[in-house]
Amino acid sequence: GSGGFRKRKHDNFPHGQRRDEKENVNPSSALMTSFKSFQLELDTRHDKYERLVKLSRDITIESKRTIFLLHRFASAPNGEEILNESEVKLDAVRRKIKQVAQELMGEDMYQFHRAISPGLQEYVEAVSFQYFIRTRSLISVEEINKQLTFAAEDREETTNTTSNSHDQEPHAWSLKVTPVDYLLGVADLTGELMRLCISSVGNGDIDTPFELSQFLRQIYDGFTFIGNTGPYEVSKKLYTLKQSLAKVENACYTLKVRGSEIPKHMLADVFSTKTELIDQEECL
Amino acid sequence: MSVSDMFIVLQGVLTADQDIREEIRKVVQALEQTAREILTLLQGVHQGAGFQDIPKKCQKAREHFGTVRTQLESLKTKFPADQYYRFHEHWRFVLQRLVFLAAFLVYLESETLVTREAVAEILGIEADRERGFHLDIEDYLSGVLTLASELARLAVNSVTAGDYARPLRISTFINELDSGFRLLNLKNDSLRKRYDGLKYDVKKIEEVVYDLSIRGLSKEATVSAGGEK
Repeated sequence: GSGGFRKRKHDNFPHGQRRDEKENVNPSSALMTSFKSFQLELDTRHDKYERLVKLSRDITIESKRTIFLLHRFASAPNGEEILNESEVKLDAVRRKIKQVAQELMGEDMYQFHRAISPGLQEYVEAVSFQYFIRTRSLISVEEINKQLTFAAEDREETTNTTSNSHDQEPHAWSLKVTPVDYLLGVADLTGELMRLCISSVGNGDIDTPFELSQFLRQIYDGFTFIGNTGPYEVSKKLYTLKQSLAKVENACYTLKVRGSEIPKHMLADVFSTKTELIDQEECL
Repeated sequence: MSVSDMFIVLQGVLTADQDIREEIRKVVQALEQTAREILTLLQGVHQGAGFQDIPKKCQKAREHFGTVRTQLESLKTKFPADQYYRFHEHWRFVLQRLVFLAAFLVYLESETLVTREAVAEILGIEADRERGFHLDIEDYLSGVLTLASELARLAVNSVTAGDYARPLRISTFINELDSGFRLLNLKNDSLRKRYDGLKYDVKKIEEVVYDLSIRGLSKEATVSAGGEK
Protein backbone atom coordinates (compact mmCIF):
# COMPACT_ATOMS: atom_id res chain seq x y z
CA GLY A 1 0.00 0.00 0.00
CA SER A 2 1.34 3.32 1.10
CA GLY A 3 4.85 2.02 1.70
CA GLY A 4 5.23 1.01 -1.92
CA PHE A 5 3.86 4.29 -3.06
CA ARG A 6 6.31 6.26 -0.99
CA LYS A 7 9.21 4.34 -2.34
CA ARG A 8 8.04 4.82 -5.90
CA LYS A 9 7.64 8.50 -5.34
CA HIS A 10 11.24 8.80 -4.22
CA ASP A 11 12.39 6.90 -7.28
CA ASN A 12 10.43 9.09 -9.64
CA PHE A 13 11.35 12.35 -8.05
CA PRO A 14 14.94 12.08 -6.92
CA HIS A 15 15.09 15.85 -6.78
CA GLY A 16 12.74 15.66 -3.81
CA GLN A 17 15.63 14.90 -1.52
CA ARG A 18 17.76 17.58 -3.02
CA ARG A 19 14.97 20.02 -2.51
CA ASP A 20 14.81 19.15 1.15
CA GLU A 21 18.48 19.91 1.52
CA LYS A 22 18.20 23.09 -0.45
CA GLU A 23 15.18 24.44 1.35
CA ASN A 24 15.73 24.83 5.00
CA VAL A 25 13.03 22.47 6.23
CA ASN A 26 13.91 22.30 9.85
CA PRO A 27 13.14 18.81 11.19
CA SER A 28 12.36 20.24 14.60
CA SER A 29 10.13 23.10 13.50
CA ALA A 30 6.70 23.48 15.03
CA LEU A 31 5.06 22.12 11.90
CA MET A 32 7.26 19.04 11.74
CA THR A 33 6.77 18.33 15.43
CA SER A 34 3.02 18.43 15.10
CA PHE A 35 3.12 16.18 12.04
CA LYS A 36 5.20 13.70 14.00
CA SER A 37 2.45 13.58 16.59
CA PHE A 38 -0.12 13.17 13.80
CA GLN A 39 1.87 10.22 12.51
CA LEU A 40 1.70 8.60 15.92
CA GLU A 41 -2.01 9.27 16.26
CA LEU A 42 -2.89 7.94 12.82
CA ASP A 43 -0.71 4.85 13.23
CA THR A 44 -2.32 4.04 16.57
CA ARG A 45 -5.76 4.40 15.04
CA HIS A 46 -4.95 2.26 11.99
CA ASP A 47 -3.38 -0.45 14.15
CA LYS A 48 -6.47 -0.66 16.31
CA TYR A 49 -8.64 -0.83 13.21
CA GLU A 50 -6.60 -3.69 11.79
CA ARG A 51 -6.75 -5.63 15.04
CA LEU A 52 -10.52 -5.22 15.06
CA VAL A 53 -10.81 -6.37 11.44
CA LYS A 54 -8.89 -9.50 12.32
CA LEU A 55 -11.09 -10.18 15.33
CA SER A 56 -14.17 -9.61 13.18
CA ARG A 57 -12.97 -12.14 10.63
CA ASP A 58 -12.33 -14.71 13.33
CA ILE A 59 -15.82 -14.10 14.71
CA THR A 60 -17.29 -14.53 11.23
CA ILE A 61 -15.50 -17.81 10.58
CA GLU A 62 -16.38 -19.33 13.95
CA SER A 63 -20.01 -18.24 13.64
CA LYS A 64 -20.26 -19.76 10.17
CA ARG A 65 -18.91 -23.04 11.51
CA THR A 66 -21.46 -22.98 14.29
CA ILE A 67 -24.22 -22.55 11.72
CA PHE A 68 -22.94 -25.51 9.69
CA LEU A 69 -22.87 -27.56 12.86
CA LEU A 70 -26.44 -26.60 13.68
CA HIS A 71 -27.59 -27.66 10.24
CA ARG A 72 -26.56 -31.16 11.14
CA PHE A 73 -28.92 -31.02 14.09
CA ALA A 74 -32.07 -32.02 12.22
CA SER A 75 -30.63 -35.20 10.76
CA ALA A 76 -28.53 -36.25 13.73
CA PRO A 77 -29.91 -38.61 16.32
CA ASN A 78 -27.81 -36.99 19.07
CA GLY A 79 -29.46 -33.58 18.95
CA GLU A 80 -28.66 -32.53 22.48
CA GLU A 81 -24.97 -33.20 21.92
CA ILE A 82 -24.88 -30.93 18.87
CA LEU A 83 -26.63 -28.15 20.73
CA ASN A 84 -24.09 -28.39 23.54
CA GLU A 85 -21.25 -28.37 21.07
CA SER A 86 -22.68 -25.26 19.41
CA GLU A 87 -22.91 -23.61 22.81
CA VAL A 88 -19.20 -24.26 23.36
CA LYS A 89 -18.42 -22.78 19.97
CA LEU A 90 -20.52 -19.70 20.65
CA ASP A 91 -18.74 -19.24 23.96
CA ALA A 92 -15.48 -19.13 22.04
CA VAL A 93 -16.98 -16.51 19.74
CA ARG A 94 -18.07 -14.50 22.75
CA ARG A 95 -14.53 -14.56 24.09
CA LYS A 96 -13.45 -12.93 20.83
CA ILE A 97 -16.20 -10.37 21.19
CA LYS A 98 -14.92 -9.66 24.66
CA GLN A 99 -11.56 -8.79 23.11
CA VAL A 100 -13.38 -6.45 20.74
CA ALA A 101 -15.11 -4.83 23.70
CA GLN A 102 -11.76 -4.41 25.41
CA GLU A 103 -10.28 -2.77 22.31
CA LEU A 104 -13.21 -0.41 22.16
CA MET A 105 -13.14 0.58 25.81
CA GLY A 106 -13.06 4.36 26.05
CA GLU A 107 -13.50 4.70 22.28
CA ASP A 108 -16.45 5.79 20.23
CA MET A 109 -17.79 2.46 19.02
CA TYR A 110 -19.06 3.91 15.76
CA GLN A 111 -15.62 5.09 14.79
CA PHE A 112 -14.60 1.46 14.32
CA HIS A 113 -18.01 0.10 13.50
CA ARG A 114 -17.16 -0.74 9.90
CA ALA A 115 -14.37 -3.02 11.11
CA ILE A 116 -16.52 -5.16 13.36
CA SER A 117 -19.97 -4.97 11.79
CA PRO A 118 -19.64 -8.08 9.54
CA GLY A 119 -18.51 -10.21 12.46
CA LEU A 120 -21.32 -9.03 14.67
CA GLN A 121 -23.93 -9.73 11.99
CA GLU A 122 -22.65 -13.24 11.54
CA TYR A 123 -22.71 -13.74 15.30
CA VAL A 124 -26.32 -12.54 15.46
CA GLU A 125 -27.14 -15.03 12.73
CA ALA A 126 -25.51 -17.93 14.57
CA VAL A 127 -26.88 -17.13 17.98
CA SER A 128 -30.42 -16.53 16.71
CA PHE A 129 -30.30 -19.76 14.71
CA GLN A 130 -29.37 -21.70 17.80
CA TYR A 131 -32.03 -19.88 19.79
CA PHE A 132 -34.62 -20.74 17.18
CA ILE A 133 -33.73 -24.43 17.19
CA ARG A 134 -34.04 -24.45 20.97
CA THR A 135 -37.13 -22.39 21.51
CA ARG A 136 -38.78 -21.96 18.08
CA SER A 137 -38.86 -18.18 18.59
CA LEU A 138 -36.85 -15.11 17.70
CA ILE A 139 -34.15 -13.89 20.05
CA SER A 140 -34.41 -10.20 20.96
CA VAL A 141 -31.65 -7.58 20.76
CA GLU A 142 -31.74 -7.22 24.52
CA GLU A 143 -31.18 -10.95 24.96
CA ILE A 144 -28.17 -10.86 22.64
CA ASN A 145 -26.68 -7.83 24.34
CA LYS A 146 -27.17 -9.39 27.74
CA GLN A 147 -24.89 -12.24 26.70
CA LEU A 148 -22.29 -9.73 25.56
CA THR A 149 -21.64 -8.26 28.99
CA PHE A 150 -18.41 -9.60 30.34
CA ALA A 151 -17.09 -9.48 33.84
CA ALA A 152 -13.38 -9.21 34.34
CA GLU A 153 -11.92 -12.62 35.08
CA ASP A 154 -8.54 -11.58 36.34
CA ARG A 155 -9.47 -8.73 38.57
CA GLU A 156 -6.00 -8.04 39.86
CA GLU A 157 -4.42 -7.64 36.49
CA THR A 158 -7.01 -5.13 35.41
CA THR A 159 -6.68 -3.06 38.53
CA ASN A 160 -2.99 -2.80 37.82
CA THR A 161 -3.29 -1.81 34.21
CA THR A 162 -6.16 0.59 34.57
CA SER A 163 -5.31 1.77 38.05
CA ASN A 164 -5.67 5.43 37.13
CA SER A 165 -9.12 5.13 35.62
CA HIS A 166 -10.63 2.27 37.57
CA ASP A 167 -12.60 4.54 39.83
CA GLN A 168 -15.17 5.34 37.21
CA GLU A 169 -14.75 2.16 35.11
CA PRO A 170 -16.57 -0.87 36.43
CA HIS A 171 -14.75 -4.16 35.99
CA ALA A 172 -16.85 -5.21 33.11
CA TRP A 173 -16.94 -4.77 29.40
CA SER A 174 -19.96 -4.83 27.27
CA LEU A 175 -20.65 -4.53 23.62
CA LYS A 176 -23.95 -3.53 22.17
CA VAL A 177 -25.16 -4.93 18.90
CA THR A 178 -26.74 -2.03 17.05
CA PRO A 179 -30.35 -2.39 15.86
CA VAL A 180 -29.17 -2.33 12.25
CA ASP A 181 -26.60 -5.08 12.80
CA TYR A 182 -29.32 -7.08 14.51
CA LEU A 183 -31.74 -6.62 11.61
CA LEU A 184 -29.14 -7.61 9.05
CA GLY A 185 -28.23 -10.66 11.10
CA VAL A 186 -31.87 -11.69 11.36
CA ALA A 187 -32.30 -11.23 7.62
CA ASP A 188 -29.40 -13.66 7.11
CA LEU A 189 -31.02 -16.04 9.58
CA THR A 190 -34.01 -16.42 7.27
CA GLY A 191 -31.70 -17.83 4.60
CA GLU A 192 -30.51 -20.46 7.06
CA LEU A 193 -34.09 -21.27 8.03
CA MET A 194 -34.97 -21.78 4.40
CA ARG A 195 -32.11 -24.25 4.08
CA LEU A 196 -33.27 -25.97 7.24
CA CYS A 197 -36.76 -26.25 5.82
CA ILE A 198 -35.70 -27.86 2.57
CA SER A 199 -33.32 -30.29 4.24
CA SER A 200 -35.89 -31.27 6.84
CA VAL A 201 -38.25 -32.23 4.04
CA GLY A 202 -35.46 -34.38 2.70
CA ASN A 203 -35.37 -36.11 6.05
CA GLY A 204 -39.07 -36.87 5.86
CA ASP A 205 -39.96 -34.30 8.48
CA ILE A 206 -43.41 -33.00 7.58
CA ASP A 207 -44.10 -30.63 10.50
CA THR A 208 -41.01 -28.43 10.52
CA PRO A 209 -41.64 -26.80 7.11
CA PHE A 210 -45.04 -25.54 8.25
CA GLU A 211 -43.61 -24.20 11.48
CA LEU A 212 -40.83 -22.50 9.55
CA SER A 213 -43.12 -20.92 7.02
CA GLN A 214 -45.18 -19.53 9.88
CA PHE A 215 -42.09 -18.08 11.53
CA LEU A 216 -40.60 -16.71 8.31
CA ARG A 217 -43.87 -15.02 7.47
CA GLN A 218 -43.78 -13.23 10.82
CA ILE A 219 -40.26 -12.01 10.17
CA TYR A 220 -41.16 -10.97 6.66
CA ASP A 221 -44.12 -9.00 7.98
CA GLY A 222 -41.77 -7.34 10.46
CA PHE A 223 -39.37 -6.32 7.72
CA THR A 224 -42.13 -4.95 5.53
CA PHE A 225 -43.33 -2.97 8.53
CA ILE A 226 -39.90 -1.36 8.75
CA GLY A 227 -39.80 -0.92 4.99
CA ASN A 228 -37.52 1.89 3.95
CA THR A 229 -37.25 3.47 7.40
CA GLY A 230 -34.06 1.55 7.87
CA PRO A 231 -30.80 2.03 6.05
CA TYR A 232 -30.21 0.92 2.49
CA GLU A 233 -28.68 -2.47 3.41
CA VAL A 234 -31.84 -3.51 5.18
CA SER A 235 -34.07 -2.86 2.18
CA LYS A 236 -31.57 -4.73 0.01
CA LYS A 237 -31.91 -7.82 2.18
CA LEU A 238 -35.67 -7.64 1.93
CA TYR A 239 -35.49 -8.91 -1.64
CA THR A 240 -33.55 -12.05 -0.68
CA LEU A 241 -35.87 -12.55 2.24
CA LYS A 242 -38.82 -12.55 -0.09
CA GLN A 243 -37.22 -15.28 -2.19
CA SER A 244 -36.45 -17.41 0.86
CA LEU A 245 -40.04 -17.07 1.99
CA ALA A 246 -41.31 -18.03 -1.46
CA LYS A 247 -39.23 -21.21 -1.44
CA VAL A 248 -40.52 -22.23 1.96
CA GLU A 249 -44.11 -21.45 1.02
CA ASN A 250 -43.77 -23.44 -2.18
CA ALA A 251 -42.36 -26.33 -0.20
CA CYS A 252 -45.36 -26.27 2.12
CA TYR A 253 -47.70 -26.06 -0.85
CA THR A 254 -46.15 -29.11 -2.47
CA LEU A 255 -46.30 -30.98 0.80
CA LYS A 256 -49.98 -30.24 1.14
CA VAL A 257 -50.90 -31.07 -2.44
CA ARG A 258 -48.78 -34.10 -3.03
CA GLY A 259 -47.93 -35.19 0.48
CA SER A 260 -51.00 -37.37 0.60
CA GLU A 261 -50.20 -39.22 -2.61
CA ILE A 262 -46.41 -39.59 -2.57
CA PRO A 263 -44.75 -41.92 -0.10
CA LYS A 264 -42.61 -40.01 2.39
CA HIS A 265 -39.31 -41.42 1.26
CA MET A 266 -39.82 -40.05 -2.23
CA LEU A 267 -40.51 -36.49 -1.16
CA ALA A 268 -36.82 -35.73 -1.23
CA ASP A 269 -36.78 -36.28 -5.00
CA VAL A 270 -39.71 -33.94 -5.52
CA PHE A 271 -37.91 -31.18 -3.67
CA SER A 272 -34.55 -31.58 -5.24
CA THR A 273 -36.06 -30.78 -8.64
CA LYS A 274 -38.27 -28.08 -7.19
CA THR A 275 -35.41 -26.17 -5.55
CA GLU A 276 -33.27 -26.39 -8.67
CA LEU A 277 -36.04 -24.71 -10.57
CA ILE A 278 -36.18 -21.84 -8.11
CA ASP A 279 -32.42 -21.47 -8.15
CA GLN A 280 -32.47 -21.09 -11.88
CA GLU A 281 -35.06 -18.38 -11.67
CA GLU A 282 -32.92 -16.59 -9.18
CA CYS A 283 -30.01 -16.48 -11.59
CA LEU A 284 -32.10 -14.58 -14.05
CA MET B 1 -42.25 -10.67 23.24
CA SER B 2 -43.69 -11.60 19.90
CA VAL B 3 -41.86 -11.12 16.64
CA SER B 4 -44.12 -8.27 15.56
CA ASP B 5 -43.63 -6.45 18.89
CA MET B 6 -39.89 -6.66 18.44
CA PHE B 7 -40.13 -5.15 15.00
CA ILE B 8 -42.37 -2.37 16.28
CA VAL B 9 -39.70 -1.45 18.84
CA LEU B 10 -36.98 -1.57 16.18
CA GLN B 11 -39.02 0.57 13.85
CA GLY B 12 -39.35 3.15 16.61
CA VAL B 13 -35.58 3.18 17.09
CA LEU B 14 -34.98 3.62 13.37
CA THR B 15 -37.51 6.43 13.09
CA ALA B 16 -35.91 8.27 16.01
CA ASP B 17 -32.58 7.85 14.24
CA GLN B 18 -33.97 9.34 11.05
CA ASP B 19 -35.33 12.33 12.93
CA ILE B 20 -31.89 13.04 14.37
CA ARG B 21 -30.35 12.83 10.91
CA GLU B 22 -32.94 15.21 9.56
CA GLU B 23 -32.15 17.76 12.28
CA ILE B 24 -28.43 17.42 11.62
CA ARG B 25 -28.94 17.92 7.89
CA LYS B 26 -30.72 21.21 8.50
CA VAL B 27 -27.88 22.63 10.60
CA VAL B 28 -25.27 21.34 8.16
CA GLN B 29 -27.05 23.11 5.32
CA ALA B 30 -26.84 26.39 7.22
CA LEU B 31 -23.15 25.72 7.90
CA GLU B 32 -22.52 25.11 4.21
CA GLN B 33 -24.15 28.43 3.43
CA THR B 34 -21.86 30.27 5.87
CA ALA B 35 -18.83 28.41 4.52
CA ARG B 36 -19.69 29.55 1.00
CA GLU B 37 -19.97 33.13 2.18
CA ILE B 38 -16.55 33.00 3.81
CA LEU B 39 -15.09 31.43 0.71
CA THR B 40 -16.50 34.16 -1.51
CA LEU B 41 -15.01 36.73 0.82
CA LEU B 42 -11.55 35.16 0.83
CA GLN B 43 -11.62 34.46 -2.90
CA GLY B 44 -11.27 38.23 -3.30
CA VAL B 45 -7.53 37.96 -2.72
CA HIS B 46 -7.02 36.35 -6.10
CA GLN B 47 -8.07 39.51 -7.89
CA GLY B 48 -5.43 42.09 -8.64
CA ALA B 49 -6.77 44.69 -6.27
CA GLY B 50 -7.46 42.11 -3.59
CA PHE B 51 -3.84 41.96 -2.48
CA GLN B 52 -3.99 45.37 -0.93
CA ASP B 53 -6.71 44.83 1.62
CA ILE B 54 -6.01 41.30 2.77
CA PRO B 55 -6.14 42.30 6.46
CA LYS B 56 -9.58 43.83 5.94
CA LYS B 57 -10.90 40.69 4.26
CA CYS B 58 -9.48 38.56 7.05
CA GLN B 59 -11.16 40.78 9.58
CA LYS B 60 -14.51 40.28 7.88
CA ALA B 61 -13.99 36.53 7.57
CA ARG B 62 -13.25 36.30 11.27
CA GLU B 63 -16.60 37.91 11.96
CA HIS B 64 -18.30 35.25 9.85
CA PHE B 65 -16.65 32.55 11.93
CA GLY B 66 -18.75 33.85 14.80
CA THR B 67 -21.81 32.59 12.91
CA VAL B 68 -20.04 29.27 12.35
CA ARG B 69 -19.48 28.94 16.08
CA THR B 70 -23.14 29.44 16.92
CA GLN B 71 -24.18 27.02 14.18
CA LEU B 72 -21.76 24.37 15.41
CA GLU B 73 -23.02 25.01 18.91
CA SER B 74 -26.54 24.14 17.79
CA LEU B 75 -25.27 21.10 15.88
CA LYS B 76 -23.89 19.74 19.16
CA THR B 77 -27.35 19.74 20.68
CA LYS B 78 -28.87 17.65 17.90
CA PHE B 79 -27.43 14.26 18.88
CA PRO B 80 -26.05 12.46 21.95
CA ALA B 81 -22.53 13.65 22.67
CA ASP B 82 -21.01 10.16 22.72
CA GLN B 83 -22.26 9.27 19.24
CA TYR B 84 -20.09 11.65 17.24
CA TYR B 85 -18.88 9.05 14.77
CA ARG B 86 -22.31 7.64 14.23
CA PHE B 87 -23.36 10.80 12.38
CA HIS B 88 -19.89 11.92 11.35
CA GLU B 89 -20.57 11.52 7.63
CA HIS B 90 -23.16 14.27 7.71
CA TRP B 91 -20.80 17.08 8.69
CA ARG B 92 -17.50 15.63 7.57
CA PHE B 93 -17.43 17.53 4.29
CA VAL B 94 -18.45 20.89 5.68
CA LEU B 95 -16.04 20.57 8.59
CA GLN B 96 -13.14 19.91 6.20
CA ARG B 97 -14.18 22.97 4.24
CA LEU B 98 -14.28 25.09 7.40
CA VAL B 99 -10.82 23.82 8.39
CA PHE B 100 -9.57 24.90 4.99
CA LEU B 101 -11.15 28.34 5.37
CA ALA B 102 -9.71 28.80 8.83
CA ALA B 103 -6.29 27.63 7.63
CA PHE B 104 -6.44 29.97 4.64
CA LEU B 105 -7.42 32.85 6.89
CA VAL B 106 -4.57 32.17 9.29
CA TYR B 107 -2.15 31.77 6.42
CA LEU B 108 -3.13 35.13 4.92
CA GLU B 109 -2.74 36.77 8.30
CA SER B 110 0.49 35.27 9.51
CA GLU B 111 1.79 32.95 6.75
CA THR B 112 1.92 30.01 9.13
CA LEU B 113 0.08 26.72 9.26
CA VAL B 114 -2.80 26.82 11.64
CA THR B 115 -2.50 24.21 14.39
CA ARG B 116 -5.23 21.74 15.08
CA GLU B 117 -5.90 23.39 18.43
CA ALA B 118 -6.18 26.83 16.81
CA VAL B 119 -8.71 25.59 14.22
CA ALA B 120 -10.74 24.02 16.97
CA GLU B 121 -10.70 27.31 18.79
CA ILE B 122 -11.74 29.31 15.71
CA LEU B 123 -14.63 26.89 15.16
CA GLY B 124 -15.52 26.79 18.84
CA ILE B 125 -15.07 23.02 19.16
CA GLU B 126 -12.66 20.72 20.98
CA ALA B 127 -9.33 19.42 19.73
CA ASP B 128 -9.53 15.97 21.25
CA ARG B 129 -12.32 13.47 21.50
CA GLU B 130 -12.57 13.18 25.26
CA ARG B 131 -13.97 16.64 25.72
CA GLY B 132 -16.94 16.63 23.38
CA PHE B 133 -17.62 17.64 19.80
CA HIS B 134 -14.16 17.58 18.31
CA LEU B 135 -12.17 17.98 15.15
CA ASP B 136 -11.14 14.62 13.74
CA ILE B 137 -7.49 14.50 12.73
CA GLU B 138 -8.25 13.25 9.23
CA ASP B 139 -10.66 16.12 8.64
CA TYR B 140 -7.99 18.56 9.79
CA LEU B 141 -5.42 17.08 7.41
CA SER B 142 -7.91 17.11 4.52
CA GLY B 143 -8.60 20.77 5.12
CA VAL B 144 -4.88 21.50 5.12
CA LEU B 145 -4.48 19.72 1.78
CA THR B 146 -7.20 21.92 0.29
CA LEU B 147 -5.20 24.89 1.50
CA ALA B 148 -2.21 23.65 -0.51
CA SER B 149 -4.09 23.76 -3.81
CA GLU B 150 -5.52 27.16 -2.97
CA LEU B 151 -2.00 28.45 -2.32
CA ALA B 152 -0.79 27.08 -5.64
CA ARG B 153 -3.47 29.19 -7.25
CA LEU B 154 -2.56 32.17 -5.11
CA ALA B 155 1.08 31.90 -6.21
CA VAL B 156 0.07 32.18 -9.85
CA ASN B 157 -2.27 35.08 -9.26
CA SER B 158 0.12 37.01 -7.07
CA VAL B 159 2.63 37.00 -9.95
CA THR B 160 -0.06 38.40 -12.22
CA ALA B 161 -0.74 41.08 -9.65
CA GLY B 162 2.94 41.97 -9.58
CA ASP B 163 3.71 40.53 -6.15
CA TYR B 164 6.87 38.54 -6.91
CA ALA B 165 7.89 37.85 -3.34
CA ARG B 166 4.81 35.90 -2.30
CA PRO B 167 5.39 32.81 -4.48
CA LEU B 168 8.79 32.32 -2.86
CA ARG B 169 7.28 32.41 0.58
CA ILE B 170 4.48 30.09 -0.50
CA SER B 171 7.07 27.72 -1.94
CA THR B 172 8.91 27.47 1.38
CA PHE B 173 5.65 26.91 3.19
CA ILE B 174 4.41 24.20 0.82
CA ASN B 175 7.73 22.41 0.93
CA GLU B 176 7.57 22.22 4.67
CA LEU B 177 3.99 20.99 4.46
CA ASP B 178 5.03 18.34 1.94
CA SER B 179 7.79 17.13 4.27
CA GLY B 180 5.27 17.00 7.07
CA PHE B 181 2.84 14.88 5.09
CA ARG B 182 5.62 12.56 4.03
CA LEU B 183 6.01 11.59 7.67
CA LEU B 184 2.52 10.11 7.71
CA ASN B 185 1.75 6.50 6.88
CA LEU B 186 -1.55 6.98 5.14
CA LYS B 187 -3.98 4.20 4.51
CA ASN B 188 -5.55 3.72 1.12
CA ASP B 189 -8.50 6.00 1.82
CA SER B 190 -9.84 9.38 0.80
CA LEU B 191 -7.12 11.21 2.68
CA ARG B 192 -4.45 9.32 0.72
CA LYS B 193 -6.15 10.32 -2.51
CA ARG B 194 -6.14 13.96 -1.49
CA TYR B 195 -2.52 13.68 -0.44
CA ASP B 196 -1.60 12.30 -3.86
CA GLY B 197 -2.70 15.64 -5.27
CA LEU B 198 -0.26 17.56 -3.11
CA LYS B 199 2.69 16.85 -5.39
CA TYR B 200 0.97 18.61 -8.28
CA ASP B 201 0.50 21.71 -6.13
CA VAL B 202 4.17 21.55 -5.15
CA LYS B 203 5.11 21.18 -8.81
CA LYS B 204 2.95 24.11 -9.84
CA ILE B 205 4.51 26.40 -7.28
CA GLU B 206 8.01 25.26 -8.24
CA GLU B 207 7.26 26.19 -11.82
CA VAL B 208 6.17 29.65 -10.76
CA VAL B 209 9.36 30.10 -8.74
CA TYR B 210 11.38 28.85 -11.72
CA ASP B 211 9.72 31.32 -14.07
CA LEU B 212 10.46 34.13 -11.68
CA SER B 213 14.08 33.20 -11.12
CA ILE B 214 15.11 32.77 -14.77
CA ARG B 215 13.81 36.26 -15.41
CA GLY B 216 15.61 37.68 -12.44
CA LEU B 217 12.31 38.65 -10.90
CA SER B 218 12.90 36.69 -7.72
CA LYS B 219 16.07 38.67 -6.90
CA GLU B 220 14.21 41.86 -7.47
CA ALA B 221 11.52 40.59 -5.13
CA THR B 222 13.96 39.73 -2.34
CA VAL B 223 15.66 43.08 -2.66
CA SER B 224 12.43 45.01 -2.55
CA ALA B 225 11.11 42.84 0.27
CA GLY B 226 14.34 43.48 2.17
CA GLY B 227 13.95 47.17 1.48
CA GLU B 228 10.46 47.18 2.90
CA LYS B 229 11.61 45.67 6.12
